[in-house]
Amino acid sequence: MFHIYCPYCEEHREEEEFHPKGQAHIARPEEPEACSDEEWGDYLFFRDNPRGIHHELWVHAVGCRKFFNITRHTVSYAILETYKMGELPRFTAEFPEGSLSEKVTTEAEAMSRQEGVKA
Amino acid sequence: MSNLVAQNIRTFETHPGVEISAESPLVFFHQRSGAPAPCTESRVALRERALLGHLILRGGAIVLDEAVHSVLGFGLPAYPNALSRDEGGERSIQWLSPDEWLLIVPGGEEFGLEGKLREALGDAHYAIVNVSGGQTLLELEGEAARELLMKSTPYDVHPDNFPVGKGVTTVFAKANLILRRPTETRWELVLRRSFADYLYRWILDAGEAYAIGVEV
Repeated sequence: MFHIYCPYCEEHREEEEFHPKGQAHIARPEEPEACSDEEWGDYLFFRDNPRGIHHELWVHAVGCRKFFNITRHTVSYAILETYKMGELPRFTAEFPEGSLSEKVTTEAEAMSRQEGVKA
Repeated sequence: MSNLVAQNIRTFETHPGVEISAESPLVFFHQRSGAPAPCTESRVALRERALLGHLILRGGAIVLDEAVHSVLGFGLPAYPNALSRDEGGERSIQWLSPDEWLLIVPGGEEFGLEGKLREALGDAHYAIVNVSGGQTLLELEGEAARELLMKSTPYDVHPDNFPVGKGVTTVFAKANLILRRPTETRWELVLRRSFADYLYRWILDAGEAYAIGVEV
């Protein structure tokens, strides 16, 4: 039994109910027309493959059917946190032990103010 | 119905008239193979509540809650994975996702109710979809009902984790369904039409050990 915490259902659910959807926080270029081929290719096809902390997009496919993010360690496979769309991760490559929660809240607020809800 | 609704949205009565009889998704299997009748050894009973009115409500919780309160007299469940019911228990609303609820009412009521809700909601940002034809509701009752569920779903159905008034969408056998517990002894399973036949047979198979009986 392997359980993943869904931040929308607010409880742990069986892993069968979820699907991974690749790397998280990929921002679509503001003006695709103004992109060079390389920039557009990077956006469309190229993904990070880090050793260590990785942010992923998952969907609770059988359940609330919402997308959310998971911070996972690619060496230990440990799931460090799950968080809703538009929120910022607490565990990052910069802060592998987790940043202060206060700081994250303010950043998340600032981000949602500026950009609306976005991965 | 207000002018606004009449102008922008086309609603139609999905209940067929008397000349065409409505059929449940399980009608084929019921007629073809028959079902085990309840007997004295039966520790679990299965019955279908066919042709109820199922509506999917989508939109902001606060706006929908007000509209539902004014029309039905009870509100949306306040928490995720929760179920709210009217006093008689005939009408229920279940949380499906942060902006989606399933409203189940006695069959035939759904069209009138949809109109009333649309009127109460005015030009708010919302969606109401009548999915009555797409799913059906099964009831499991009896001392072995929980054991049957434990064989079928990875979700924890222990009373500590699954109190009365909870409902979840989860994996069941090799398909998925909505599992809910409106009362202490009764479980409800909302099946998709395309899964109904498979899940019905799965439940009969899983219930064989408890001499499952189908109440018609």
